[in-house]
Amino acid sequence: MIFVGHVMAIARKDLLAEWRNRESFTAMFYFAFLVLFLFNFALGADQALIRGASSGLLWLAFTFTSVLGLGRSVQGELENDCLEGLLLYPTQREAIYLGKLLGNFSVILVVELVILPLFAILYNMDLWSQIPKLLLIAVPGTLGFAAAGTLLSSMTAGLRAREAMLPFLLFPLTIPLILSAVKGTEVVLRGEPFELAMPWVKLIAAFDVVFLVTSLLTFEYLVEE
Amino acid sequence: MVRVENAGTRLGPPPAIEARRLVKWYGSQPALRGIDLVVAPGEVLALFGPNGAGKTTLLRILAGRARPTSGAVQIAGHSLDRDSDGVRRAIGVLAHGHQLYEALTARENLLFAAAMLGLDRPREHVSEVLARVGLEAAAEARVRTFSSGMKRRLALAKVMLREPKVILLDEPYASLDLQATKLLEEFILAKKIGGAATILATHNLTMGFGVADRLAILRQGRLVFEGRREETSVEAFRSLFALHGELGAVE
Repeated sequence: MIFVGHVMAIARKDLLAEWRNRESFTAMFYFAFLVLFLFNFALGADQALIRGASSGLLWLAFTFTSVLGLGRSVQGELENDCLEGLLLYPTQREAIYLGKLLGNFSVILVVELVILPLFAILYNMDLWSQIPKLLLIAVPGTLGFAAAGTLLSSMTAGLRAREAMLPFLLFPLTIPLILSAVKGTEVVLRGEPFELAMPWVKLIAAFDVVFLVTSLLTFEYLVEE
Repeated sequence: MVRVENAGTRLGPPPAIEARRLVKWYGSQPALRGIDLVVAPGEVLALFGPNGAGKTTLLRILAGRARPTSGAVQIAGHSLDRDSDGVRRAIGVLAHGHQLYEALTARENLLFAAAMLGLDRPREHVSEVLARVGLEAAAEARVRTFSSGMKRRLALAKVMLREPKVILLDEPYASLDLQATKLLEEFILAKKIGGAATILATHNLTMGFGVADRLAILRQGRLVFEGRREETSVEAFRSLFALHGELGAVE
């Protein structure tokens, strides 16, 4: 119960700080809008081309905006030595990791929920009936990406070039997860039966487990000197 | 006059802080070069030294936030190597940075700390310490709007939420006004009576001298002096410090 209390306290603190500042949310939303808007121009009115590229575009917007959010989350802990203060509390390091992950995951998911209708409008796609199916891919996909991102953002926190290092490390590591999410989303956007997307969902779930377990096992060593 | 005690010869109650042959290297730079230090429960040690002497490194090691290259540390009976969680439960740290979340209010910062410390009746505890540090009226204001003195008081309030057996204070007088300085000294004395050991790393000779039972000078990673306060005066101690060629670094 104490462990869960610590996880919830850290996540609540992060979400409250984000709600007050709206720094991550605003930057992430604006960046996602720009990506979708510019690709809308680049692809033109060719519906076949748009449909072929749509799942990749959607995940491009999701992952690029997530990196922005993850970077800002760790930046908040570095100000005024807050990370040092957090590590001085008598709590397990796994609780700190899970609290940070929960906060990051929640912010990214909210941004994605705002991006989805924007995507539907800009690309003239009827997504509304597909939203539950899209969420079945987006939620585990985002969880895996946030799990790896939370670990790596903590690892790069002490580096001078952390803003460059985070995407440099995160994208190669999560490519299999992103590809699985793109393929699964493609099935849904084509309107094909969801059963065809299930192998990709299972693969995403497997990556989630790998990233979560690895992160829980290594987080302590990354944040301690 | 100069006396460096051997930590192994002290008699009396089991120490609250015990560091043996602590060595710390940052790359090829030595930060601590074999520190032996014992602080008894209820004892206040004022640690003086110029910038770069190793004071913050020593406090970070004692707090479990840095690993010594070699040597051993026991905090309130907990070994830093084997029971770092026990060490974190036993300590209260007022660090150089105030470690506050500026987007949150003063009350929210303390409620977060209370949740992390697992306190019962957190709201009551938080209201009580806010009153003690004189920040009741600013409790609902965001920390971003605080002056540096107010932030320091709030950081002190965060330490007050704990019941530490060991208190580590790194430059605690920085940015504190007279009233807050008095508050800090009352806190140190109250904890001293309660049996908590305190290490106070400071440049402020007068303030440190006022609350300490023992005095120590750290220079280039070595304890070059350690003695009881009643054995010397501020002036004599200032001269002693000058002997070590560091007078300019101390008020």
